[in-house]
Amino acid sequence: MSKPPVLSIDGVPQAVTLSERVHWIGALDPSLRTFDIILKTANGTSYNAYVVRGSEGVAVIDTVKENFADDFFARLESVARYDEIKVIVLNHLEPDHTGALPELMRRAPQAQLYISQKAQSMLKALLKQDAFDFTPVFTGDNVSLGDRTLTFFHTPYLHWPDTQCTYLVEEKTLFSGDVFGCHFCDARLFNDEVGDFRFSFEYYYAHIMRPFKEYVNRALVLIEPLLPLNKILPAHGPLLRDQPQRYVQRYRELSTAALQSEISAGEKTLLIFYISSYGNTRRMAEAIYEGAMAVEHVRVSLYDLEGSEIAPFVDLIEGADGILFGTPTINGDAVKPVWDLLSSLAVINLKSKLGGVFGSYGWTGEGVKMVEDRLRGLKLRVPIPGIRIKLIPTEEEIEICREFGHEMAQDLMGLRQPKVIDMADLA
Amino acid sequence: MAKASITFEDINVTVSAPAGTRVIEISEKVGSGITYGCREGDCGTCIMKVTEGWNNLAEPSVLEDKVLRENMAGKHNRLACQAQVLGGTIKVRPV
Repeated sequence: MSKPPVLSIDGVPQAVTLSERVHWIGALDPSLRTFDIILKTANGTSYNAYVVRGSEGVAVIDTVKENFADDFFARLESVARYDEIKVIVLNHLEPDHTGALPELMRRAPQAQLYISQKAQSMLKALLKQDAFDFTPVFTGDNVSLGDRTLTFFHTPYLHWPDTQCTYLVEEKTLFSGDVFGCHFCDARLFNDEVGDFRFSFEYYYAHIMRPFKEYVNRALVLIEPLLPLNKILPAHGPLLRDQPQRYVQRYRELSTAALQSEISAGEKTLLIFYISSYGNTRRMAEAIYEGAMAVEHVRVSLYDLEGSEIAPFVDLIEGADGILFGTPTINGDAVKPVWDLLSSLAVINLKSKLGGVFGSYGWTGEGVKMVEDRLRGLKLRVPIPGIRIKLIPTEEEIEICREFGHEMAQDLMGLRQPKVIDMADLA
Repeated sequence: MAKASITFEDINVTVSAPAGTRVIEISEKVGSGITYGCREGDCGTCIMKVTEGWNNLAEPSVLEDKVLRENMAGKHNRLACQAQVLGGTIKVRPV
């Protein structure tokens, strides 16, 4: 094994050489335990930033979290002068990578800022200034540093809307931003020298990238043709110099269903989740199931929320076309197991899935409307108003439930009749 | 009051709505697949395609134009949270 990189000399942070022209100038944050509220890390994280030197100028790629700016500037100064900096690239504008930007712009006022097209309004909100100069770039745009060239790839939503990756053409090195990153802090820096970080890589994907699988696959279409890469240099965690293609392959695997679904292409899946204290919401759920089953090519499934942990349901919902929730109303609210599931769905893409709600109640029945609003908030479409039934459903009410299930299933299959409605008649 | 007829093509529903109504107010109620984020014309989540009746929607504001541009929206795209129906026939669908 080679010697670990020297991160500082006599207490002064030093840049780490990655190639003759590329240096790491990031910072380590070993004491961080919770990142962005939603992520845990047992050994902290790193904020990776880089310097690229060309024959006609220097580029800085990303910065660090604000309170680590001193390390960043010291490392930068160990390999470049501020007046040499021609280019600053921000692969996305999240504060943990842009914290040192205002000061860097002050120290290197001649440098041109390169951000993605989608980052423009965010930059204004970040810098709180009206007048500043920047160049918005898109896939295929280049900036020349003389004998080194940076090419940009627009990779939106990985994991911010404005994310881009920057490619150093001559060295086959990809500065990937948060893509292929993880919250793992290890001063040995390189993937072939640090401790086993695979768990962290997987965890990061599961919480940060999974909601955007579709965008991951689109980004991979841009990145895979670059293989074999010499290095992938992400914005957090180990620098991937040993077999970087493995991490690209792993992203492809994680963004593709593990076991092929048995649902055929022409079929749609409808999941009905319910929870019931006296069996009334359950009876409604069963009637909705019957009604939906009568529509061909809809694979309907009925699940009692009491019968499982949340995680398998999240996986199920990710692959489903439609989701119905049955909840009683207790003390003026939908019940906790329903909210627990609904608050666990931020890790998957729900956009435009079909949603619907039903439930029995004793006094007031607000739960159904509350869950409907939540489904809309989660970007599901809710085409049919929910059903609320007071206490025990009558045979007529059970028939209404069957009809609700039938209509939902028809909607999934695109079989609902064209409808003309007056706005005044909409609830 | 002047009314517009707006069709959500993804769900085959047509709604007759008073002039001045924003598309968001109608589409959420009928359950169209147009989805919303900030609901105030900033995030670009609700970009929709106007397939008919472009001129029957109130003109986009400077801010809406800017958000459409930054999100690289195509021709005939509008923000459903901003676009107001004026009259006549309009057809829209999610992008």
